[in-house]
Amino acid sequence: MNLDDLYRRVIMDHYKNPRNRGSFADDALKIELNNPTCGDRITLQLKVEDGVVKDARYSGEGCSISMSSASMMTEAVKGQTVAHALELADRFSSLMKGEAVDFDDYEDIEALSGVNKFPARIKCATLAWNALRKGIDVEEEHHQEH
Amino acid sequence: MISSAIREQFPILNQTINGHPLVYLDSAATSQKPRQVIEAVKSYYEWDNSNVHRGVHTLGSRATDAYEGAREKLAKFINARSTKEIIFTRGTTTALNIVASSYGPANVGEGDEIVITQMEHHSNFIPWQQLAKKTGATLKFIPLQKDGSITLEDAEQTITDKTKIVAIAYVSNVMGISHPVKELAAIAHRHGAVIVVDGAQSTPHMKVDVQDLDCDFYALSGHKMLAPTGIGALYGKKALLEAMEPVEFGGEMIDDVGLYDSTWKELPWKFEGGTPIIAGAVGLGAAIDFLQEIGLDEIHRHEMELAAYAEQRLSEVDGLTIYGPRNRKVGVVTFNLGDVHPHDVATVLDAEGVAVRAGHHCCQPLMRWLEVSSTARASFYLYNSEQDVDALVQALIKAKEYFAYELG
Repeated sequence: MNLDDLYRRVIMDHYKNPRNRGSFADDALKIELNNPTCGDRITLQLKVEDGVVKDARYSGEGCSISMSSASMMTEAVKGQTVAHALELADRFSSLMKGEAVDFDDYEDIEALSGVNKFPARIKCATLAWNALRKGIDVEEEHHQEH
Repeated sequence: MISSAIREQFPILNQTINGHPLVYLDSAATSQKPRQVIEAVKSYYEWDNSNVHRGVHTLGSRATDAYEGAREKLAKFINARSTKEIIFTRGTTTALNIVASSYGPANVGEGDEIVITQMEHHSNFIPWQQLAKKTGATLKFIPLQKDGSITLEDAEQTITDKTKIVAIAYVSNVMGISHPVKELAAIAHRHGAVIVVDGAQSTPHMKVDVQDLDCDFYALSGHKMLAPTGIGALYGKKALLEAMEPVEFGGEMIDDVGLYDSTWKELPWKFEGGTPIIAGAVGLGAAIDFLQEIGLDEIHRHEMELAAYAEQRLSEVDGLTIYGPRNRKVGVVTFNLGDVHPHDVATVLDAEGVAVRAGHHCCQPLMRWLEVSSTARASFYLYNSEQDVDALVQALIKAKEYFAYELG
């Protein structure tokens, strides 16, 4: 077991210098998600306009893996279409399963590939992405109602 | 101290994890099992397996004897007056839920009070919270001192004539604290309330005498005291259990079944609907034998010495915060390492072969009280030694260096 597979420098950088951490003052779409087995929690806010994720912020508490993953996720989906964001979420799931997926376009995220060697920590890495999926679901339901 | 040769009786401890000898410091979550217990379960399945209380055949009587024999052992182990007061359950959670869902609604109403603490494990917290919600009773908390203990003065203030149930853990699974259950029982009884004791963390580690404590109900789990998972028990005073309605209906628990009504078997079987956890009970019986051969006082002494040694050694680790009282009476040490998240600490420790628990320990209200989201916890049992503590300290120093480097 090589710890450096898990804690790559770029991961620790996102943990110590989080991107998009905070919250929007206005009533942007807000998703709260817990990992009840370990107590990690994330609050994700999304601003979606015309099928594009215009902005994203998160807050919460958790380990280096869950918090750095949230930082990377928000950075990756900002400015992307909802469809592309969902495609990234799928790709991330595959990455966590140890499948060979290409994340060359998001090198930071690729650094999380080592997590799949630590089964107990996969749920830490996927928390933010699950919040993203939930947020997009809620947004789309909301959209259909109007 | 108990000789470290005892480890050899626990086959699982003889392995390496990530290239290091396994150092198992998570016995408060579940204990490891000695060969004697594993063999008892194996032998039961290889020779005696049958259903209980029904077969006329030889195996049926052997299985029944083994199952009821385990009940007798447990009754003696915690000094119940009779085997009628010992109900086998899946564990502490089920035992506490039987009290909350049977005794609860029959005895608690609007305006009444249920008294607990903020330190309870979720299994001794949520049943009472939900009972209060359902009945309109008020849930009250005996305040915690800075070190997590409670005072009898506060208990006197909190428990009133409106209190119907007081529920508390004998030993906390997080804070390394034991509560004055006997004194609390006396206070509860003076106000006409019953006291329910969560014994999950006390039964494996110290002598328990339910008559001396004078508790009304006492719940325990087998798997934390060397027995298999899936077996536990509820002790209840006979008069209380007799007045209670069963929670689960089905086979095994009936006396006579009519089309429109039925009657129940006598105690304890009234509460044991369905085919019981026979092999689990057999394993529990073997575990009790094992514990008694060593002696509970000896086990308790061993763990106190280890805890004292751990406190001293851990204080050498810079930046380590230990929660709970000094001079703890229980082999549980909960801590955080600087601002490194406990999951990250536990992962580094695991890479060194050291197994600790990281998270909220099924105690979210307590975590909020401590103002942390989670902690790491090392817990000791009779098979742990000072060398295990040394390995923990070494691994913590590595974790600190690792994250200092990574974060630097």
